[in-house]
Amino acid sequence: MQQSESQSTGAVGARSEQEPSNGEIVRFDQVVKRYGSNVVLNELDFSVAPGERVTLIGPSGSGKTTILRLLMTLESIDGGVIWVNGEPLSHMRRGGKLVKANETHLRRARKSIGMVFQQFNLFPNMSVRKNVTEGPVHSLGVAKDEANQRAEDLLDLVGLSDKIDAHPTQLSGGQQQRVAIARALAMRPQILLLDEVTSALDPELVAGVLDVLRNIAQTTDITMLCVTHEMSFARDVSHRVLMFDEGQVAEEGPPERIFGDPQEERTKSFLKAVLENG
Amino acid sequence: MDFFLNRFPAYLDGALITLTVTVLGSALAFVLAMVVGIVGTLRNPAARAVATVYTEAFRGVAALVLLFWFAYAVPQITPYELSPMFAGVLALGLNVGAYGAEVVRAAINAVPRAQTEATIALNMSWGRRMWLVLLPQAWAQMLPTFGNLIIELMKASAIVSLINVADLTDVAGNMRQTTGETVLAYGSAMVMYFAIAQLLIVGMRTLERRANRRLGRAPARGGLRDLLRPPTPGTKVGTAK
Repeated sequence: MQQSESQSTGAVGARSEQEPSNGEIVRFDQVVKRYGSNVVLNELDFSVAPGERVTLIGPSGSGKTTILRLLMTLESIDGGVIWVNGEPLSHMRRGGKLVKANETHLRRARKSIGMVFQQFNLFPNMSVRKNVTEGPVHSLGVAKDEANQRAEDLLDLVGLSDKIDAHPTQLSGGQQQRVAIARALAMRPQILLLDEVTSALDPELVAGVLDVLRNIAQTTDITMLCVTHEMSFARDVSHRVLMFDEGQVAEEGPPERIFGDPQEERTKSFLKAVLENG
Repeated sequence: MDFFLNRFPAYLDGALITLTVTVLGSALAFVLAMVVGIVGTLRNPAARAVATVYTEAFRGVAALVLLFWFAYAVPQITPYELSPMFAGVLALGLNVGAYGAEVVRAAINAVPRAQTEATIALNMSWGRRMWLVLLPQAWAQMLPTFGNLIIELMKASAIVSLINVADLTDVAGNMRQTTGETVLAYGSAMVMYFAIAQLLIVGMRTLERRANRRLGRAPARGGLRDLLRPPTPGTKVGTAK
């Protein structure tokens, strides 16, 4: 049913077998992703340091969301290797070679990664509490009491303590997204992927979600990769901004420089378009 | 009316046999439908092939022929003789289970892909994903069709009268022979079949309502009368978001 789990075996080139140096929690090494003949990521190289908060910006179709989906192992990779914590994520070692990862490897490798989706993707058949506790209980083997405690603490953090026994359909979009953030954090990920988490929300609900994320950014050292069109949020929380275009990093730098003094023509025109619409 | 009231105990015995065959046949069909339907959603081509073979084989064979085969052919090629009741349950369960498997497969596949992605992000195993997330959501979508199938199975259970199981149809046939009252004998059976069908419909609608409530969809208000009425066109049956 899932393409991401049906990766066939196949050795990759010698170049990719070099392990990443220390000080990197995520590294994309010559990563290629294609959908049919459409090349979305074109031998992409980039890395992220532990605790770093990186914002990915760029025009639609530039491959930002694909990067997050590859990291969450929702998609399979067509070339190169993705490393997480010095271990291959997209591949596994077998007889001194790197071969495409199987499901067992993926389940171990993606433990450190959590994701919040654009459309929240809460489970409609569970209460808010269950949404937050089922992952820790069933995937991490956390005791029910502890998972409940975590859920209560996290829902308190996102300001939804009073909704713990509510049903997802009884919540507004902004509240659902805050539950989704709590659900992702309950897995205690080292890396949190945020995929356009405010794009599906009514304008008046955006601020509440962004405040929660700002708070998490300030009070934790979780590594964040964030795809967003909220430029002021990107400026506030990120250490580094990556501008993507045509499956490559077009420009990168601290937010002050990218937003204040972009060098690349593509960055300038993209930012102009976003700011005019925003 | 007197005809029916006087012979009501006999009809009730027949109805109980019909109900027993229906319940046991449905139970078998349900288990088969669930197992084969889930196997049909797997990526493994061999597993899917097994599911397809079962579905096509038993969907394509007349339940009556299957019944005769179990009742009369099986004793010839094996040392076992199946009781007529068991042969009936087997034939109906295998036949309806094949339809049910397609319902289960389609309902699971209709759960939005985003739900599966959320379970991957929570690192759930295939089993947990199926049991905790996909099946509970697919369940609400299976129930209306399951309701149809169970009634089809109940009506098809009349074939067991042909291998001397004393079900409702068999009782009606005997009544006709002993009294000569053809109209009343079969008319009474029709009333009883209708009553059983209503019982099953109410049961299935109750399950349906509960399943929708679990998914946070507002259930139709009201009691028994609402359960006998089909859902209004606006009632959403299907994918959860």
